[in-house]
Amino acid sequence: MKQVLMSNRQAYGEALVELGKMDTRLVVLDADLSSSTKTSMFAKVFPERFFNVGIAEANMMGIAAGLATTGRVVFVSSFAMFATGRVYDQIRQSIAYPNLNVKIVATHAGITVGGDGASHQINEDLSLMRVIPQMTILSPADYYETKRAVYQAHNYQGPVYIRLGRAETPVIFDENYDFRFGVAQVLEDGDDVAIMAIGPMVGRALEAAKILRKQKINPMVINMSTIKPIDKSTILKAAKKCGAIVSAEEHSIIGGLGTAISEVLTANYPVPQQFVGIPDVFGESGESEELMDGYGLKIETIVENAKKAVSRKR
Amino acid sequence: MGKMPNACIDADNKKIVNLERTANEIRKNIIRMIYEAGSGHPGGSLSCTDILTALYFHEMRYDPRNPKWEDRDRLVLSKGHAAPALYATMSKAGFFPDKELQTLRKLGTRLQGHPSMTKLPGVDMSTGSLGQGLSVAIGMGLAGRLDRRSYRVFAILGDGEIEEGQVWEAAMAAPHYHLDNLVAIIDKNHLQIDGPCEKIMNTSPIGFKFKSFGWYVVEINGHNMIEIINALAKAKEIEGKPTVIVANTIKGKGVSFMEGNLEFHGKAPNKEQFKQAMKELGAKR
Repeated sequence: MKQVLMSNRQAYGEALVELGKMDTRLVVLDADLSSSTKTSMFAKVFPERFFNVGIAEANMMGIAAGLATTGRVVFVSSFAMFATGRVYDQIRQSIAYPNLNVKIVATHAGITVGGDGASHQINEDLSLMRVIPQMTILSPADYYETKRAVYQAHNYQGPVYIRLGRAETPVIFDENYDFRFGVAQVLEDGDDVAIMAIGPMVGRALEAAKILRKQKINPMVINMSTIKPIDKSTILKAAKKCGAIVSAEEHSIIGGLGTAISEVLTANYPVPQQFVGIPDVFGESGESEELMDGYGLKIETIVENAKKAVSRKR
Repeated sequence: MGKMPNACIDADNKKIVNLERTANEIRKNIIRMIYEAGSGHPGGSLSCTDILTALYFHEMRYDPRNPKWEDRDRLVLSKGHAAPALYATMSKAGFFPDKELQTLRKLGTRLQGHPSMTKLPGVDMSTGSLGQGLSVAIGMGLAGRLDRRSYRVFAILGDGEIEEGQVWEAAMAAPHYHLDNLVAIIDKNHLQIDGPCEKIMNTSPIGFKFKSFGWYVVEINGHNMIEIINALAKAKEIEGKPTVIVANTIKGKGVSFMEGNLEFHGKAPNKEQFKQAMKELGAKR
């Protein structure tokens, strides 16, 4: 069966225009990447509520904070590299510490950026955002979930980080999908091992599950789109039912989804966990798919790690 | 640009004397609270005391009983380490009782070492990590324009602080947006932690730099109350561009042994020094 691919960035742009019509408080900022992040769609309809601040991300975060102090809902966008790593201090001091209503929607996260290479492939943004108090973090898997995530972020009072990639991802949900903050979705039930995935790895986890079932291993597949606050109860239920976990993320194995899951397991109900993610190295240029395959994110790698997790059960 | 002309408004003598008296009271409270806390930044607090006094007791529109009033003028203390000066000014303006000043930097206080807007109502922005306040003030200014509100936004920056690159991103953006509801005030006390700004990293000539970025520039003596209020009045008249007031000040102003003394950038006075400082400021005891 051929997977249908859709653009999460497109979903973001559409959601902004829809929300902009309903809520005149909404303003959007970008730092000279609006055609890539799709905030250009909002800019076209609401030019007076769109601010392109030029190539000055630090200033953009500060301006966003100032706008938010007056009761506006502020969306800021850039590539994930420049929307997190470059402006960590601005996010921490001027947005998260004063708990301001700023939504940072970053595109081009992870290695699937492709040809631009390591300078633009941030595999550590989740780690950076996760350690900031009062920050909520979402990593949607597909077009429909991205749309819902943007709507939910708009409804929520406080800082939110939404992580989107450049590449299109397989469609998993539909327009009736009811995404909620902090709630992981069990996409497929099973009892031998639980595969917990985010972003483009959700599609790959579902493919891995097919292979595993053929090999008489019955996996549970969970979409963990809320990274913070993490859905502790779903993690523990899965751990108790399956006794083995595989985390799968297009992100460094240090500090992201896998780490967040293991923090919950270790403190509450330790079971074997295998980490599928990008090793502690910088990326390089290449096509998205070949980079994913070359940097530890193959479907087969999920399968192998699932088997290893099962074999480690006592 | 250039020197501030002589009083362009009629200087009401009594008013000026009152403002100067208030500034002196605020200075006493700054010294008291930093002495009580055992740490803090007296030098940079005393250098911007006259500016804060002019803003809160002459220029700004606010309501201490309704600190979130949507039409209030905003102040961003970008040089957040001058928090004692802000707190002493705010208590004098009626935001909270003077007694609370003694809780500065103590566990559980609303008066954090650097200002926190979530802890203390009336603080318009949390600051401390230098270089960020002017960007925030721009955001407030843009919001005011979008909402068609007449409030104005003031940001106080240090002359050492403007070594931060983000300040110049903001300096570029404010004139781009023609933000005439924004006033930046540079507390040019000439000193930063490691030495004279000119030696550590020369930011001069500050006025020329801002002028070339498109700002209206006024240079004043930041301890002369008439010059401060005239500069603020002039800023209100300027249309289509933001104003920067380059205020020449003395670090530690008002306490002889703190004036121009690097040692008191971030150090509390000891008991003897405290007594001496209070005596110089004319405290009864």
